[in-house]
Amino acid sequence: MAGVMVDVQDLRVHFGSVEAVRGVSFEVARGSAFGLVGESGSGKSSVLRALAGLNSDWSGTMRVDGADLTPRRERAFFRRLQMVFQDPYASLHPRQTIDRILSEPLIVHGFDEIDRRIARALDEVSLPAGMRFRYPHQLSGGQRQRVAIARALISEPEVLLLDEPTSALDVSVQAEVLNLLADLREARGLTYLMVGHNLAVVTHLCQSLAVMVNGEIVETVSSDDLRAGRVQSPHTAALRDLSLDLAEAHGEPAGAEPTFGAGPGEIARRAL
Amino acid sequence: MSITVKNLRVSFDTPHGAVEAVRGVSFTIGREKVGIVGESGSGKSLTARSILQLLPSRARMTADELSFDGIDILATRERAMRRIRGKRAGLILQDPKHSLNPVMTAGAQIAESWRAHRGGSRRAAMEAAENLLEQVQIREPGRVARAYPHELSGGMGQRVMIAMMLAPDPEFLIADEPTSALDATVQAEIMRLIDQIASERGMGLLLISHDLPLVSHFCDRVLVMYAGRVVEELRAGELGQARHGYTRGLLSCLPSLTHPTARLNVMQREASWLA
Repeated sequence: MAGVMVDVQDLRVHFGSVEAVRGVSFEVARGSAFGLVGESGSGKSSVLRALAGLNSDWSGTMRVDGADLTPRRERAFFRRLQMVFQDPYASLHPRQTIDRILSEPLIVHGFDEIDRRIARALDEVSLPAGMRFRYPHQLSGGQRQRVAIARALISEPEVLLLDEPTSALDVSVQAEVLNLLADLREARGLTYLMVGHNLAVVTHLCQSLAVMVNGEIVETVSSDDLRAGRVQSPHTAALRDLSLDLAEAHGEPAGAEPTFGAGPGEIARRAL
Repeated sequence: MSITVKNLRVSFDTPHGAVEAVRGVSFTIGREKVGIVGESGSGKSLTARSILQLLPSRARMTADELSFDGIDILATRERAMRRIRGKRAGLILQDPKHSLNPVMTAGAQIAESWRAHRGGSRRAAMEAAENLLEQVQIREPGRVARAYPHELSGGMGQRVMIAMMLAPDPEFLIADEPTSALDATVQAEIMRLIDQIASERGMGLLLISHDLPLVSHFCDRVLVMYAGRVVEELRAGELGQARHGYTRGLLSCLPSLTHPTARLNVMQREASWLA
């Protein structure tokens, strides 16, 4: 089972004359989860989209399970690699029922037992069977993101690309979706590549991550090292400090003493 | 200057009867920073918008009292409302991509806001616009004033929104999810800017957000809303002492960088919270 599932070397992505990704290299081991963090415009989503085949204007080397990717992809590639987008309000067809949304990848990839597979997919993401013939607008944001995850998983992929999968969701729903993603990875041995800007969320799901600034990776670090503060780049340190300061505000959630004694205004000044 | 809300109710007529989205909310805000926190559908935005009479036309609003600096909002007609809305109480919306006019330059939009409330020549308004852009810490105010919204980043766009809102020099500021469309670093910068401007000008601030830790950073006290009601009020420094199950649930389901857990707590909603 071990080995490299996703291998990206010296990836460059252009938008006209602008180079959005400037020589990015990283590897994701089979069955592990890897995060890409950075500010908007740092190129993290461009990496994901080039990998997913949504942007063909790239150069460099990208391999999935040892096979080189070309700008044009075979149909089989899309079965093995699927993507979950940030906004579940925008990524589901508004005029299609959940049943239709989930059956499309099955038809495209020539699966049998479509009916049974849809029922199982809904069950896997803990959506009641009654949701099957509803439309996206009849579902809450969290339910929609579950549908998007079910759609990504229904073609039995090995790699899942997650583009800020929880940043459009309420925190209580975010917890449910993150737990679901963690369970699914374990149950199916999936490989995740996740883009995000919230360090607490990314380190929760990923064992290691890369920090991107201006289209380049400035540091690749394990989540454990990041938590412990063993980081090299000032950008990573700054992201970590920001995340810690925000985390500090909620202190010990179990009702213990809050971890600060200063007034709120002072915390704001100190933290930011 | 203070805002008083007593027993505010907002409902919508649906084919299945009326649905009450805000169910009896009461609070008073002076020149202080108050946050309203809740999940989508909790009624936090409707509550804030009621103060400015900015509810959707289908909404029906009732209250025992709703006043802004002694002015009865319930009895105020649209014309008089315009002397409060924007002029005395500014509103910052979530996403600059949707709330800026895409076919007007940033400067022209700020100048429009300036002239609508203060009058004066176009030239004076444009100068004021550049000055306001400088106040929201934009380094090249002249360039940004001539830029169209699509040429600006999200954080820049939000600064333009803030500059526009500051033009009439309001006493009170309502910020409805001002940073949730922005990423973490920019989010912090914009919140710091809003906080600084509110402090410098002595403005009252009502911050609406779903992000409890963020709100508690910047506000003196926090109202937690659930299903159309205020279920708990906390001083910002006392989040750890939250009593209500919903507030505690909100805090415990956040992933933490320093205290990793294999599984996150999932909120167990109780029927009694709806009572």
